[in-house]
Amino acid sequence: MIEILLLPKVGSFAENKDTARDIRLNEILPALQEQQTVVLNFEGVDSTTQSFIHALISDVLRKYGSEILDRLQFKHCSPTVKEIVSIVVEYMQQS
Amino acid sequence: MMAALSATVQKQNIHTAPFTAASAHHLERMGLFTFLGVNPKHPVTEHESAGRFIPLQKITSSEDLSRFITDMVPLLHLDKKHAEPIKYVVSEIVRNVLEHAHTPEGAFICAQYYRKSNRIGIGIADTGIGVLSSINHSYDAKNDLEALQLALMPGITGTTKREGGTEQNAGAGLFFTKSIATVNRNHFVIYSGSAMYKLLKPLATTAKVMLHADPFADRHSKKTMLPYWQGTVVGFDISLDTTKEFSQLLDLIRDTYAKALAERKRTKYRKPQFI
Repeated sequence: MIEILLLPKVGSFAENKDTARDIRLNEILPALQEQQTVVLNFEGVDSTTQSFIHALISDVLRKYGSEILDRLQFKHCSPTVKEIVSIVVEYMQQS
Repeated sequence: MMAALSATVQKQNIHTAPFTAASAHHLERMGLFTFLGVNPKHPVTEHESAGRFIPLQKITSSEDLSRFITDMVPLLHLDKKHAEPIKYVVSEIVRNVLEHAHTPEGAFICAQYYRKSNRIGIGIADTGIGVLSSINHSYDAKNDLEALQLALMPGITGTTKREGGTEQNAGAGLFFTKSIATVNRNHFVIYSGSAMYKLLKPLATTAKVMLHADPFADRHSKKTMLPYWQGTVVGFDISLDTTKEFSQLLDLIRDTYAKALAERKRTKYRKPQFI
């Protein structure tokens, strides 16, 4: 299992999509490829945007399907982060 | 808009008549004359430096934007409840410019607090390719207004026609922005090419707020045949009296988004042939 601490990379307002893409490509996808569980730790991240979360996880859901949610987990999410992650996860499953 | 336009013109070709209106002081304070490179030709008056405003700034990179958002909160004296939707809207709209407008000049932005109405007004302008050209990379909008309508719908992006978008774009930024304005009973306007869409506040303050995927189903006004603006302009007001908790607002957005996608999927289903 790997745990990715987002606060040092994205700050308390996670909105930089370029950073989200880098985390996805360099950390999330390689770990999933190795069959690891990935925990995204949002401790200290107060808020985010749908665009950021989309850039972070949408391609993961598209590549692996919703089953990947067993190995992609979200920790210490604020109510706003929880809502936005849920929106993105929901619409990616619908599409 | 004037600052954005000035970036497309050589400074020696910008001239202004002497300003006599009281607004000249305001425009000076917001930094317009610096952008235009002109002297306003009116007596300079000293102003209090402490005010809740952000003078005109040009944002051309992701780093510029992150810095702007960080600085914005203390400059506008925002508390967490009000900062959240404002940061959200600024991030989404300016990122749209950086990613889709295809202009090296980037986004021009300024913001101000209005004490009388207790609201924050934000204006963002660019001189890029405009919404019609951007949307029509993947769609077939017939005119600027139709392009605005599409751009405001959830899950519609110029980068792909695929549901769920690309790995970097979902086509939801403008829908979220309009929804935040709807729920908080705020002002939102978007102008591109020769068309403008303006979200109107509900008639009664007690009326239950409804979110719609189609912006034309919201209470709105629209105009076409306006003077052509090469690029896109967004205006957004946040009333500090009516701002709802951001996570509650997202609940509503989530429902509307899911329904809109389900509805759009349904229209693509094949129908049985009854013979």
